[in-house]
Amino acid sequence: MPLRAIVATTASKTAAALSRAAGRGDGSVIGGWIGLKIDPDLLAHLSSGRAVALVSGTNGKTTTTRLTAAAVGVLGRVATNSYGANMPTGHTSALAKEGHTPFAVLEVDEHYLAQVINSTRPKVVALLNLSRDQLDRAKEVAMMAQLWRTALAGHPEIRVVANADDPMVVWAAGASPQTTWFSAGQRWHDDSFVCPESGHPIERANGDWWCTGCPLRRPAPQWVVEEDGVIDPRGDWHLVKLQLPGKVNLGNAATALAVAGEFGVRPIEALPRLSRVTSIAGRYAQVDRDGRNIRLLLAKNPASWLEAFDMADQAPTLLSINARDPDGLDTSWLWDVDFSPLRGRPVLITGDRAYDLAVRLQVNQVPFQHVQTFDDALAQVPPGRLEVIANYTAFQDIRAELDRVN
Amino acid sequence: MNDSTLRIVWIYPDLLSTYGDRGNMLILAHRAAARGIPVETYEVRSDMQMPTTADIYLIGGGEDGPQALAAQRLINDGGVHRAVAQGASVLAICAGYQLFGHSFFAKGTKCAGLGLLDITSDRGETRAVGELRGDIDPRLGLPPLTGFENHGGRTHLGAHAAPLARVTGGIGNDGQTEGAWYGKIIGTYSHGPALSRNPELADLLLRWSTGADRLAPLDDTWADRLRGERLAAGLPA
Ligand SMILES: [Zn+2]
Repeated sequence: MPLRAIVATTASKTAAALSRAAGRGDGSVIGGWIGLKIDPDLLAHLSSGRAVALVSGTNGKTTTTRLTAAAVGVLGRVATNSYGANMPTGHTSALAKEGHTPFAVLEVDEHYLAQVINSTRPKVVALLNLSRDQLDRAKEVAMMAQLWRTALAGHPEIRVVANADDPMVVWAAGASPQTTWFSAGQRWHDDSFVCPESGHPIERANGDWWCTGCPLRRPAPQWVVEEDGVIDPRGDWHLVKLQLPGKVNLGNAATALAVAGEFGVRPIEALPRLSRVTSIAGRYAQVDRDGRNIRLLLAKNPASWLEAFDMADQAPTLLSINARDPDGLDTSWLWDVDFSPLRGRPVLITGDRAYDLAVRLQVNQVPFQHVQTFDDALAQVPPGRLEVIANYTAFQDIRAELDRVN
Repeated sequence: MNDSTLRIVWIYPDLLSTYGDRGNMLILAHRAAARGIPVETYEVRSDMQMPTTADIYLIGGGEDGPQALAAQRLINDGGVHRAVAQGASVLAICAGYQLFGHSFFAKGTKCAGLGLLDITSDRGETRAVGELRGDIDPRLGLPPLTGFENHGGRTHLGAHAAPLARVTGGIGNDGQTEGAWYGKIIGTYSHGPALSRNPELADLLLRWSTGADRLAPLDDTWADRLRGERLAAGLPA
């Protein structure tokens, strides 16, 4: 490593430690920021000599990264950005902090994928899905798919592990000569009615999809979720036991197995490690307070709300909505979520934008009760499970109430 | 199909649907059903023929490419023109609002619109993003408009279109006026589920479509709280 990079790495670690000591977060961004100021190529220097996997997509990337790091850990030490700091500063911090490791598994914000591919020269890139996020922050879905496609076309040496069920992802991966397809089940289809290649409608039936105007269609997947397990490329079925809830996490585990498979890890080796992951930066965490077992579910956009309803038990459910900068200032997406799965259970609502949610629930014919604070919500529900589903800053607020549970 | 049924068409959700555009259809259907009015909703994709006999037509926002494509297909189809000539009501939002005018700009090119509103649209120097509020044309008898806007367009009204509102916060058409109306066509830059914050605008569309002078009141406690909160948030700093 060049001297400049060594100096930058040291400065980055020191800054991260100082930031943590000062109580200003976990240091996962500030350290990388300082390191990159001293050496703009620091991420490339830190990546060289490591076998790197990048994980990107709109939803599930934090969890999938965590599971992939656990699976690749079969082979040796893995550096990973486990706090979800998914831009180059976060990657730089994660690699500097861990020192030399043979492997790195990095979650990448979908906007930064091209840049991070160029810096880290990954062995594997996993593409999970593309759906609408916050309109006033993200580029439109098709434009993002185009950026991915261009980035991968320039790197034919990369193994791409991609979601066969998402037309946008299939098209984005289409320029890559080495692709492993997985099928993890996908409930959200509203962002892929129109073919990104030809503009024709996309038809769907029985889990299959195809463009009505060009050859784009669902490729045959090598890794497939089936019942409560995963079929590998040899056709063997493996039971997947997780502590994380829901079908979506079974899909995330299948993706992790597929990525680890590119490193030579076999499912039978990885599965015991996957079963030990309990929560990720507070997501799925369970906290007992006042006789209530509170479980935290993060839902950031319409697709992930559907997944959260699938995970949540038939129990009292608190929904909390904010619209601060990290959430996007616009709450319109509430109307893209069908809340009817919540009918029949007690629903409480809170957050900065509870009134937007109230109007949505009223039209959706989901009865609810509005509470001002998290403590009010606790007081309103009987002892037992309380499911909490919240968007990003609302989730962080509630996590803070629960002493920053991890 | 029954003649006493209120029919609502959502125009081209495959092309023009940004966040929450579906909401306006859900809200109209909900408010009609709550008054005992039978209601049917139709999502008409761009590869389908446009029905001409529905009562309310909704069109939403979208990106430049789909906007230009939607305008072209609607001009060729002619169904919306016939429906409007037969007295249908329209709520047109953002990109959908622009394409109801004579012309608009998409991907740097001037495109022909439907010409059903006497407006033309071009590009502003800055994007208008944030809370939007305004005092609605008194002839419509509605309380103030509140919405969230997110658009790069600026719209100029001709002699045959009236501003929907006088802006009291945000940009709208040009910082002075917001939206436009003519006959039973309403266009607005209040994007996505505009009716969630403006239930009386929803009821205006229902009254136009049913011919009812008044509708039974609904419990709008939550919508009123939302309106109060957002109107306060939309006051200029
Ligand atoms: Zn196609």
